[in-house]
Amino acid sequence: MVQFSTSRLDTSFAALSDATRRGVLEQLGSGDASITALADKFHMTLTGMKKHVGVLEQAGLVTTEKVGRVRTCKLGLSRLAEATAWLEDYRRLWAARFDALDQIVEDLKQRETVDGRKQQE
Amino acid sequence: MDASSKSDPAAGKAATTVERTSERELVVTRTVNGPARLVFEAFATPELFQQWWTPASFGITLISYEADIRTGGFYRLEMGHPAMEQPMAFFGRYLEVTPTSRMVWTNDEAGEPGQITTVTFEEKDGVTLVVVHELYPSKEALDGAIASESTGAWPEQFDALDQLIATLDAGA
Repeated sequence: MVQFSTSRLDTSFAALSDATRRGVLEQLGSGDASITALADKFHMTLTGMKKHVGVLEQAGLVTTEKVGRVRTCKLGLSRLAEATAWLEDYRRLWAARFDALDQIVEDLKQRETVDGRKQQE
Repeated sequence: MDASSKSDPAAGKAATTVERTSERELVVTRTVNGPARLVFEAFATPELFQQWWTPASFGITLISYEADIRTGGFYRLEMGHPAMEQPMAFFGRYLEVTPTSRMVWTNDEAGEPGQITTVTFEEKDGVTLVVVHELYPSKEALDGAIASESTGAWPEQFDALDQLIATLDAGA
């Protein structure tokens, strides 16, 4: 069953509501970069840039990897994060289905109750 | 007043769990508050099935649906989503339909043997445990489904993001 990543899309849109974060994505589109390099590029403190990268990472738009003392950022999800996100989307799809199914079953139960009463009359 | 009316419709929904139980298998479980015969009816009656299979809360809509729900019967359905230009078709065959305990169907839309979906209904004390088991033909097939549908979704998502960025930038 194909998955639809609407929740991730929402998080992505929220992450992109900020001009700096959009700039960071554009920058990473032309190559991986360290947080320090990104901070320099956007004239920000390291702490400020870490926060922005954190939001992008949460939204699944950016992956970071620490090698030695340098944390490198690149576009996209890690394989593990992708698999986890896929499973969660899959679970959400089924949860939404079952929530709708609950209502159908509830209606069927009501119908049986009504039919039962009619038969007794 | 009958006893069933005491149930609060806003009361907590039962939990849906998903687990990759092996290299080739996914298992979904959910308890439904009703007897197995009614839960089965909601799965095996096309008029009812189409009311919940493509939940609006998930942003997907059912475009067309036909099904002959009996052992050996075929089904075909088309779903739409705002992010997709074309509807997506799903089709296959029912390998087994056993009221009120078990349904098994194939998923043939990929053009090669796809996963086999087995749904079982186990009633206990008036509630029914539904177990959806999906068995992929190989580890590669399940890995591939996960990879292609995650990364495969990215071009579309990035298209949507590109459009949003363009709109935001134009307004700035």
